[in-house]
Amino acid sequence: MDPDESWFLEMRRGALVIRARMIGAIRRFFLDRDYLEVETPARIPAPAPETHIEPVPSGDWFLHPSPELCMKRLLAAGYPRIFQVCRCFRRGERGDRHLPEFTMLEWYRRDIDSRDLMDECEALVLSVAEGLRVGPVLPYRGEAIRLASPWRRLSVRDAFATHATRSLDEALREGRFEEILAFEVEPQLGRDAPLFLHSYPIAHASLARAERGDPAVAERFELYVAGMEIANGFAELTDPVEQRRRFEQARAEVASRGGTVTPQPEPFLRALEGMPEAAGIALGVDRLAMLLCDAAAIDDVVAFPPEIL
Amino acid sequence: MYTASDLRKGLRIKMDGEPYIITEFNFVKPGKGQALYRCKLKNMITGSQFERTFRSVDTFDPADLEVKTMQYLYMEEGKYCFMDTTSFEQVFITDDQVGDAKNFLLENVEAEVLFFEERPLGVTLPNSVDLVVTQADPWIKGDTVSGNAKPVTLETGYVLLVPSFIEAGEKIRVDTRSGEYLTRVKD
Repeated sequence: MDPDESWFLEMRRGALVIRARMIGAIRRFFLDRDYLEVETPARIPAPAPETHIEPVPSGDWFLHPSPELCMKRLLAAGYPRIFQVCRCFRRGERGDRHLPEFTMLEWYRRDIDSRDLMDECEALVLSVAEGLRVGPVLPYRGEAIRLASPWRRLSVRDAFATHATRSLDEALREGRFEEILAFEVEPQLGRDAPLFLHSYPIAHASLARAERGDPAVAERFELYVAGMEIANGFAELTDPVEQRRRFEQARAEVASRGGTVTPQPEPFLRALEGMPEAAGIALGVDRLAMLLCDAAAIDDVVAFPPEIL
Repeated sequence: MYTASDLRKGLRIKMDGEPYIITEFNFVKPGKGQALYRCKLKNMITGSQFERTFRSVDTFDPADLEVKTMQYLYMEEGKYCFMDTTSFEQVFITDDQVGDAKNFLLENVEAEVLFFEERPLGVTLPNSVDLVVTQADPWIKGDTVSGNAKPVTLETGYVLLVPSFIEAGEKIRVDTRSGEYLTRVKD
């Protein structure tokens, strides 16, 4: 064997061992809680139309950017607790925290709201850390992250008020919500302990339902640790008419900038008619591995970043 | 024409008629939001630097630079002298303009010198160069953990991490963009 190749791969051994044990601990957590592990197809005819996620074409179909739609069809058909660990694909996403092919953990649960789901996400990460004998303080990139419960919950509005040079309303009005969030707010979140950022503007949560009592705010949240986004969860939108309208809007935006417009996912929209109240969440497995391996770049926790294939 | 997905460290683009090089690059994508490309740009004439965020819809013109293959002769008082091998004309390039390329420059070696409207701006090396290791700790034969890395010094004085099996006197190939070890070269 090429000694250089074996050197590169050997350098990653520690991270690959932690990663494998981490995925084992994730499975044990869900099986102990009566979740069913499912596998849904990676190649699908119609991913969820999203303004800023570009799917990778595969023949006439697409590689799924997330297993969300098929998992919700299972939920609607009466599977109350399901989880999946799978590869997802997003075109053009490459950086220190992004791979165009990455590993996602998604789980869905009937009859809970986003607050209950934050509790469960917190319990999962703590259980995985404990399984790997990490904590109560996680060392990451020279900082000490205190993992002890309960984790802080901060609304997007309050986060802008605390960390940004302008208020949430000003940022939205100027069309700079994402930029301010990415460069001013996110780096400050979860620096000394994990933090849930919640209550997103409804326009920035295409599959989430509105908060009871505030139609401008979505029941969506993200988990941040050390300034890094780890998971994105929400209470599911169960209204097929509203969901179709949001998908249409996303497709129109994609079309207006000359992107690949994908078909409406009709079987999913039909399934929504029988969708129970539920919440679901996607967690970046590679990013969780980065935290547990004290890795600066996502490349350090996979054996083969795309550039060396 | 470049699009945002072409952006990377080292890319040269033209803005407001002047050439810029990207010195730092970061891909950022908050949640389900749009992709943002945060770049640090350096004006290749004035050397001034600033940060700028681009979006996926942005497009860029390449910087129209003239490239001449020249021979590197010597360094004196922080200036690097290069000679055109056909006209024998010599130009001096500042330490700052040479940048990281100085880690890989050997006297009498050919390099590409960039010109913008007759003014020399910088040096481009091939993506990889082969250099001799002049100093290295010996390889302890029992050390079978090939994942161990050790620092070595190259003939240019540059220090980098290599696999432990590399020994002094060997030639290695180095990525001039990242400064990292690529492979052992057998003559």
